Amino acid sequence: MAEVKLYGFWPSPFSHRIIWALKLKGVEYEYIEEDLSNKSESLLKYNPVYKKTPVLVHGDKPIAESLVILEYIEETWPENPLLPKDPYERAMARFWIQYGVDTVAALRAFYHGSGEELEKAAKELLEGLKILEEQGLGDKKFFGGESMNLVDISYGALGYWLAAVEEAKGVKVLEPSTLPRLHAWAKNLDELPVVKENIPASDKMMAYLTAAMNRLAKN
Amino acid sequence: MASDQVTLLDLWASPFGMRVRLALAEKGVKYEYSEQDLVNKSALLLQMNPVHKKIPVLVHNGKPVCESLIIVQYIDEAWKDKAPLLPSDPYQRAQSRFWADFVDKKIYDLGRKIWTEKGEDQEAAKKGFIDSLKLLEGELGDKPYFGGETIGYVDIALVPFYTWFYAYETTGNFNIEAECPKMIAYCKRCLQKETVSKSLEDPKKVYDFVVMLRKKFGLE
Repeated sequence: MAEVKLYGFWPSPFSHRIIWALKLKGVEYEYIEEDLSNKSESLLKYNPVYKKTPVLVHGDKPIAESLVILEYIEETWPENPLLPKDPYERAMARFWIQYGVDTVAALRAFYHGSGEELEKAAKELLEGLKILEEQGLGDKKFFGGESMNLVDISYGALGYWLAAVEEAKGVKVLEPSTLPRLHAWAKNLDELPVVKENIPASDKMMAYLTAAMNRLAKN
Repeated sequence: MASDQVTLLDLWASPFGMRVRLALAEKGVKYEYSEQDLVNKSALLLQMNPVHKKIPVLVHNGKPVCESLIIVQYIDEAWKDKAPLLPSDPYQRAQSRFWADFVDKKIYDLGRKIWTEKGEDQEAAKKGFIDSLKLLEGELGDKPYFGGETIGYVDIALVPFYTWFYAYETTGNFNIEAECPKMIAYCKRCLQKETVSKSLEDPKKVYDFVVMLRKKFGLE
């Protein structure tokens, strides 16, 4: 079995997605921390198009873009399947994963916003999450049913990451009063051992996010 | 499969719709084409795509699939006995997904900016667009198609945008072939295939459509 390397960035939910998927599949890998302010030769070689993390390197073959990496992991290590078998159910899972790209954009706006922009971003994020809760999650415990799958993995940032940003901003979006089922889902997700044991400590996360937001505010 | 009911909700000029038409043509799937009015959206469209209210939507035996690349993957999996659109090797599949995603991230947005923006913003979009096409040319290399010897997922993702190149060139006042001759040669090679030529629209008609949109948005 060729070796697996993951080039990641410790505070990034995109890197965490890949760690959880590899752990769920029981894949041994070497984690390499990237300093995104001083990108390594390897990163630039393995992801010349975007120069970003995460990048998975299997043998000497690189794969970039976290959602592409997740599908690759699913296909290469088929044990403990993380996508449905039926083509229609797979298409629905992929639809909700793709919907998450809009959610990421809304999360970014929330993260970057202040004052009026923050209010607007919070409102848009809430509206987008209502659709996700109503039509994506419904009454299921996880998007994958009784256990997490690639859809849950793709929305991981809505748990620990959003909670840290909400605290730093002093604005809450994902609450039991506004999004009861999605809030419960996030709590359940954060309690799963694979997630709980593979996210940064909350104080470290808070310190990083606060410093990053202060840097943004200065610019 | 003979009793399959397949309907495509679409808009004739949409490159995303053309992707689905091309995938269905490659698989030899018979379907009903349903032209949609995106100004006065039909009850059917709103029912079949309540989240985004957009085309294309593939309805297979009453069940809707939305988002063009997701539809193309679905078509590949639901009609898996003919003309595979994605490679069988997981690494090659990942590369195909990466480049189709690149087309989604770059070509549509930058192309749209070319015909909607002016001045510096338009110039930046033109440059980004050409740079993106050059990266794609690099990825194509010496292969006849991105899929190798036959049309595949990346070809299906990309080639419909060729029908919009004339509109981009005319509104942006530049020549794509001069900057990216390999890309144009590739697109023309694709058009020699019957499945492609019957799935893609006439660039001059697309240009008239863009002129109409520009007038509507007050850009002319």
